[in-house]
Amino acid sequence: MPYVIKGNTADWEAVIGLEVHCQVISKSKLFSSSSAEFGAQPNEHVSLVDAAMPGMLPVLNEFCIRQAVKTGFGLNAKINKLSRFDRKSYFYADLPSGYQITQQYAPIVTDGYLDILDDDGNTKRIRINRLHVEQDAGKSVHDMDPDKSFIDLNRAGVALMEIVSEPDLSSPFEVSEYLKKMRQLVRYLKTCDGNMDEGSMRCDLNVSVRKVGETKFGTRVEVKNVNSVKYAATALEYEIKRQINALENGEELVQETRLFNPNTGETRSMRSKENANDYRYFPDPDLLPVVLSDELLQEVKNEMPMLPDERKAFLIDNYSLSAYDADVLSLEKEVADFFEKSVSLSKHKNGKHICNLMTSELFAYLNKDNLTIEQSFVSEQQLADIADNVLDNVISGKIAKDLFKLLYENPDIRTDKISDIIEKQGLKQVSDTGAIEKCIDDVIANNTDNWNQLKSGKDKLIGWFVGQVMKEMKGKGNPSIINELIIKKVKE
Amino acid sequence: MTILTDLTMLEVKKSLENKDFSAVELTNAYIDNIKKHKDLNCFITETFDRAIDDAKATDDRISKGESLKLLDGIPIAMKDLFCTKGILTTASSKILGNFIPTYESTVSQKLIDVGSVLLGKVALDEFAMGGSTKTSYYGIVKNPYKDKTRPDKILVPGGSSGGSSSAVAAGLALGATATDTGGSVRQPSAFTGIVGIKPTYGRVSRWGCVAFASSLDTCSVMGRNVIDAALMLQAVSGYDEKDSTSFKSDVPNWFDDLQKNSDQSLKGIKIGLPKEYFENISEELMNVIQARINDMKNLGAEFIDISLPSTKYALPVYYIIAPAEASANLARYDGVRFGFRSLNDNKEFESLNDMYIKTRTEGFGEEVKRRLMIGTAVLSSGMYDHYFLKAAKVRRIISNEFADAFSKVDVIMTPTATGGAFAVDDVMSPIDMYMNDVFTVASNLAGVPAISIPAGNDSKTGLPFGMQLIGKMFDESSILRTANIVEKTVAFDNRPSKLFC
Repeated sequence: MPYVIKGNTADWEAVIGLEVHCQVISKSKLFSSSSAEFGAQPNEHVSLVDAAMPGMLPVLNEFCIRQAVKTGFGLNAKINKLSRFDRKSYFYADLPSGYQITQQYAPIVTDGYLDILDDDGNTKRIRINRLHVEQDAGKSVHDMDPDKSFIDLNRAGVALMEIVSEPDLSSPFEVSEYLKKMRQLVRYLKTCDGNMDEGSMRCDLNVSVRKVGETKFGTRVEVKNVNSVKYAATALEYEIKRQINALENGEELVQETRLFNPNTGETRSMRSKENANDYRYFPDPDLLPVVLSDELLQEVKNEMPMLPDERKAFLIDNYSLSAYDADVLSLEKEVADFFEKSVSLSKHKNGKHICNLMTSELFAYLNKDNLTIEQSFVSEQQLADIADNVLDNVISGKIAKDLFKLLYENPDIRTDKISDIIEKQGLKQVSDTGAIEKCIDDVIANNTDNWNQLKSGKDKLIGWFVGQVMKEMKGKGNPSIINELIIKKVKE
Repeated sequence: MTILTDLTMLEVKKSLENKDFSAVELTNAYIDNIKKHKDLNCFITETFDRAIDDAKATDDRISKGESLKLLDGIPIAMKDLFCTKGILTTASSKILGNFIPTYESTVSQKLIDVGSVLLGKVALDEFAMGGSTKTSYYGIVKNPYKDKTRPDKILVPGGSSGGSSSAVAAGLALGATATDTGGSVRQPSAFTGIVGIKPTYGRVSRWGCVAFASSLDTCSVMGRNVIDAALMLQAVSGYDEKDSTSFKSDVPNWFDDLQKNSDQSLKGIKIGLPKEYFENISEELMNVIQARINDMKNLGAEFIDISLPSTKYALPVYYIIAPAEASANLARYDGVRFGFRSLNDNKEFESLNDMYIKTRTEGFGEEVKRRLMIGTAVLSSGMYDHYFLKAAKVRRIISNEFADAFSKVDVIMTPTATGGAFAVDDVMSPIDMYMNDVFTVASNLAGVPAISIPAGNDSKTGLPFGMQLIGKMFDESSILRTANIVEKTVAFDNRPSKLFC
């Protein structure tokens, strides 16, 4: 079912477009050589250019342009071989030059798309109007002193990509999907870290509502300060309801910018169209047009990794994984890389088995400490070895689980070979039928009631006996041999 | 007795090498002149201690027998638009009245590197906006010349580089830096009887030069004759990775070229006379220009009548584009990080905007504010298409007309200004003032190089007239060579001492 909101007088639908700002991953800023790294002391990363000292001139950081081109390819978009930078003028204390350098009239990337899932689970294509490159502003800090404001220019001049969608989104769910998909894409491409908490990915929403069946757009409202996927959905739900209520009460909506308050989940008016800034865009005379050569485009193309959707399909086709498993593994490029490398390093090449070990064991420990796959305490080789040892019946599945715990708790053995650990810790599975038979006899002797029930046909108890023997053998018994021997004994 | 401050750069270079006098002696002669002619008000900041140190360094090199650098020991003045490390840099504005840069502009650094001696920072129209240097916050600058018909009048030295032109003409500096956005090096050179060259846009780095209108601003130089100007230009030219609009190519050796080329003939040179530049000029000016045309014909030059039909739009186009760029360039003077901030009668500001408004209202002069408002207006939504965008298109047409003309001629010759220097108290509207740039702005819009040299004197007032030679993109060589030859035919006395007899 498409997203329809039942009002008192009619059924309504929402029309939503997004502007996503992505901080470009780059060592230095867009137009200066100062570091673009996050987390320095205030004003530690500020050059004369960033502070807009008299006579200073911007020099374009070409790496940022490559990053934008790469993202453009990822969005299936048109890369414009000629683009320009413009100045967007407004006064604010954290904007040192009094203008932001952006690409208003001739952006570097246009006409792309991103496929997402809609509320019904169907694929929906969201058109991207443009991606342009621009500078970030600094930060004003108003809460450090009752009388003073503080300015931190570390962020001033850091490169941003602004990705503007067409108004193709129609529900909070779709917007969440779009944001997650965008985040996944830029992280795959390593063009933005997608970190919404630190503000390296931010978004503005453009929302209007109309009665179902209408083709004309309603009055558009821009919602700012939406800094997580969850807030985007909350802000939208609030804003859509607010607009419908207003219209059903006969009020006229005004084109305005509203600010989302994450504490209340509400939006409030910031400025109306009449009070909007006139940004006085014009081409920046300090910078030459950006001309992209065919060689550069080819180079960037050659650097393109397999993209998320493609990767997912690849995992399903090549490793016989379920769609669900492939989805989990392809969420992050690094996870998929880890998985594939581990499979390739293993003897049995059993993707499903390695996937299970990753999703059930490895991820549990990583999530516990909020670690990424790159910070994993188990290497690809170790994972492959654990899987192989299970499939070779050297260790049981239970011991495999114990191995993860062992490695997690003992950093000093993390560099050891799995076979050495198994050997040293005596974790090898016992397949010696004599030893197993002796243990089975002990268990039978201690549980004669249950044994008699099993013998008289209560087959369900086989599993129980296997478990008891396993417990007795501290997990080291070979479960299939135990199973086999118990069945044999029942039939005796 | 030789008057040291009358010598040309070539003479000085030779004398220093011959040890006829020391660089310190020469520098002291200039310092004495600066002190003597303080009433001209050329300097905003004097750097005499630094100058003596610079000169001593030259003398050291001479005594050690080291080969001298291009401008070793040459005392120069720096337009106060170039940021100089540790030295007040005001742009002749109150808003930068306390601004001491922590960095050295590319132009001033290059002049340090060739051994020049810095006498100080000279005045200009505030932020280079003007043609009289009357808009400087630090008082008017006087032209050392007098109008014979009204000798009691104080004349302007032209502008915006009026401090530079007056200082060079009056013998307060042997050469000077200048900038030219719409004529700011050529018109003041014409008004003070010196040589000023605006090279091709992109030839000299703008890094560290306070911006007025970035697509037009051209760092330039002045001297008392063509070779001196060529020497200065040689020193400051070249690609700079810090300026994205600077040109990536080798700089021709103009100085060598002029020195070696003893051929005084203009044979084979085609000179274009654009008819649009000879309308409405005085008979006296026309006579002087005609005399130079005759001289050049005698030397073998071929004159061709040409037309640059869009010239009449150059001034309005300039007064849209320049203020538009300035309105953004000057937004950084906001009282937040450096420079002047309104004292607000020691009261708290009501808001950030309140601080901005008071700082900028008090910190900028009338002409700057006028242009910032024009610039803001022509960029505002609804006006952008009608003004800025249209002006940008006409600018392209003007460039194309120059390119067309240069397919037929090597050099274009025009008067530099419509007349000689005017008086400080002549009543002029802002538009009258803007008309000063009518012959010079087109070459800024097109980016082509242009030089102004003395063409002779007004038969009535005795004031110098300037003639302008405009060249092809990156062909400073042709205009320098032509100017160097014409210069020798003009009976023009460029010795500063003659002004104070």
